[in-house]
Amino acid sequence: MTAPLPPPTPLPDPVLVTGIAGNLGRALTRQLHLATTVIGVDRRPFPDRPRAVEHHQLDLRKARVDDLFRRRRPEALIHLGISHDPRMPFSEAHSFNVVGTQKILELCVHHGVKKVVVLSSANVYGPLPHNSNFLAEETPLMAADRFSGVRDLIELDMYAQSFLWRHPEVETVILRPCNIVGPTVRNAPSNYLRLARPATVMGFDPMIQLIHEDDVAGALLLALRPGSRGVYNLVGPGEAPLSAILRELGREPLPVPDFLLRPALRRLFKAGLVSFPPEELDHLQYLCVVDGSRAVRELGWAPRHSLRETIRSVLA
Amino acid sequence: MRQHLREWTYELGGPGTRERLGTLTQPRNEYGVDPYGFDIDFTVAAAAPFLWLYRKYFRVTLHCIERVPASGRVLLVANHSGQLPFDAAMIELALLVDMDPPRIARALVERWVPTLPFIAPFFARLGQVVGTPENCRRLLAAEEALLVFPEGVRGLNKTFDARYKLQTFSTGFMRLALEAGAPIVPVGVVGAEEQAPALVDLKPLARLLGLPALPITPYLLPLPLPVHYHLHFGEPLRFTGSPDADDAELERQAGEVRTAVQGLVDQGLAGRPGVFL
Repeated sequence: MTAPLPPPTPLPDPVLVTGIAGNLGRALTRQLHLATTVIGVDRRPFPDRPRAVEHHQLDLRKARVDDLFRRRRPEALIHLGISHDPRMPFSEAHSFNVVGTQKILELCVHHGVKKVVVLSSANVYGPLPHNSNFLAEETPLMAADRFSGVRDLIELDMYAQSFLWRHPEVETVILRPCNIVGPTVRNAPSNYLRLARPATVMGFDPMIQLIHEDDVAGALLLALRPGSRGVYNLVGPGEAPLSAILRELGREPLPVPDFLLRPALRRLFKAGLVSFPPEELDHLQYLCVVDGSRAVRELGWAPRHSLRETIRSVLA
Repeated sequence: MRQHLREWTYELGGPGTRERLGTLTQPRNEYGVDPYGFDIDFTVAAAAPFLWLYRKYFRVTLHCIERVPASGRVLLVANHSGQLPFDAAMIELALLVDMDPPRIARALVERWVPTLPFIAPFFARLGQVVGTPENCRRLLAAEEALLVFPEGVRGLNKTFDARYKLQTFSTGFMRLALEAGAPIVPVGVVGAEEQAPALVDLKPLARLLGLPALPITPYLLPLPLPVHYHLHFGEPLRFTGSPDADDAELERQAGEVRTAVQGLVDQGLAGRPGVFL
């Protein structure tokens, strides 16, 4: 474990964090509560939070959130309360992600919040066969082209972008990190890397980017700094072929031809036996690698975990 | 296995090949690849069978390879032929083993190549990239050499009656050259047209199978015959003008490059003793 990031000064105080009880929210809280006052909002409880952190078990779409803004007067919002659960019915995912985001961003304008940080994802670009090797922030968000299940995440990102332009009085930062992994993270990429015998698509070996959860937390802290504004891809310590990552983890990949793997996964997913939608196989076939140089240049972003440490972090 | 292939590459390359290839300083991480997925160790090993074709089977003869700049951004623009893209491999090998210091040429591949199992990762490890404008810009800015076939599959999968008749050039490469201020080295490939003479291209069936073309040779498969390859490198061409000029202007400049390539091809055809000799 490397030394914690020096707290950037001066940070907004207090900071409202949505989705705080998730694993990334907890990783962020560990760093953030040492630097400023943290107020958490999440539908889930957050029992083992640091003592100084107050938590409100609330749904973002509820009127009581307005009350919370009025009472606590947050200076900044970090919006992590975004569901990536492929099992959530689309209408519910849309309501939670898009309507929830719209509601909370409107509250920020209404209550004079100065800073908004939204955690989107590099997956909004989508793993498409004709992708350039490095996707810049201006690349159209085409992920729904092949996987309609992610269109709420794209709509959310686009809503945040239009918010950024419509409200120059609010400093808005949209972060699009590559695949987040870490000892506590339980998302699709880290669950996949934890499989002892992960299936791969025979004859494909794309470059994959990973970023450590603590590094994402570090980037969220950087984005909180007054002065930063815009859309930023977030790349960790680099990229490696999927095969090299699996070798590093001592996995025994099981290559299956695409024409067998896709229908098999579709059945298994429908039967509720696996939580990987078949469309996510695209990530094991095609590039969804982003150019993270803007965040390095403008936010002063640098990962603290090496590529090897980041890969191995799923083992902890 | 890999070590054996590498040794074979050094042997076929001739004296000094090991030392020359050792001077290549491509960036690489702890997993042996650059950010594009290019793996120089893998490439030197994978080159061996192709280098055998280069030296023993196609007996590639180079003409004026010293016209390729030793360093700095450059576009190599060549005619495309032969049903299977051995012409690209031969040009890349020429720069790798017969240039001192060696140069890596990144071939720009068609957009559907990443959908091909085995071929997609193989090409990526060899440093080839999908020919998007964004990729080209990035590589030229990094002072790399790009290999472009502006005819694309229209050139590659011509039937035998259209041999050595260059198809129209797309203008994308011209725009990128002007934008990056990169010189263009025309390359005329002679020999590849006869490697797999296609009588017909079964286009409807190809479309059905999702292939770009389905050429039928007298012996059915488009396997290469032992033709004698000649690679003719032209003087670097430098163009000035706006990359945002209208299409007519870009087409005119791309036409100049096409004329230069056709000139090299015609000169090569006139000068060769025979197809297989």
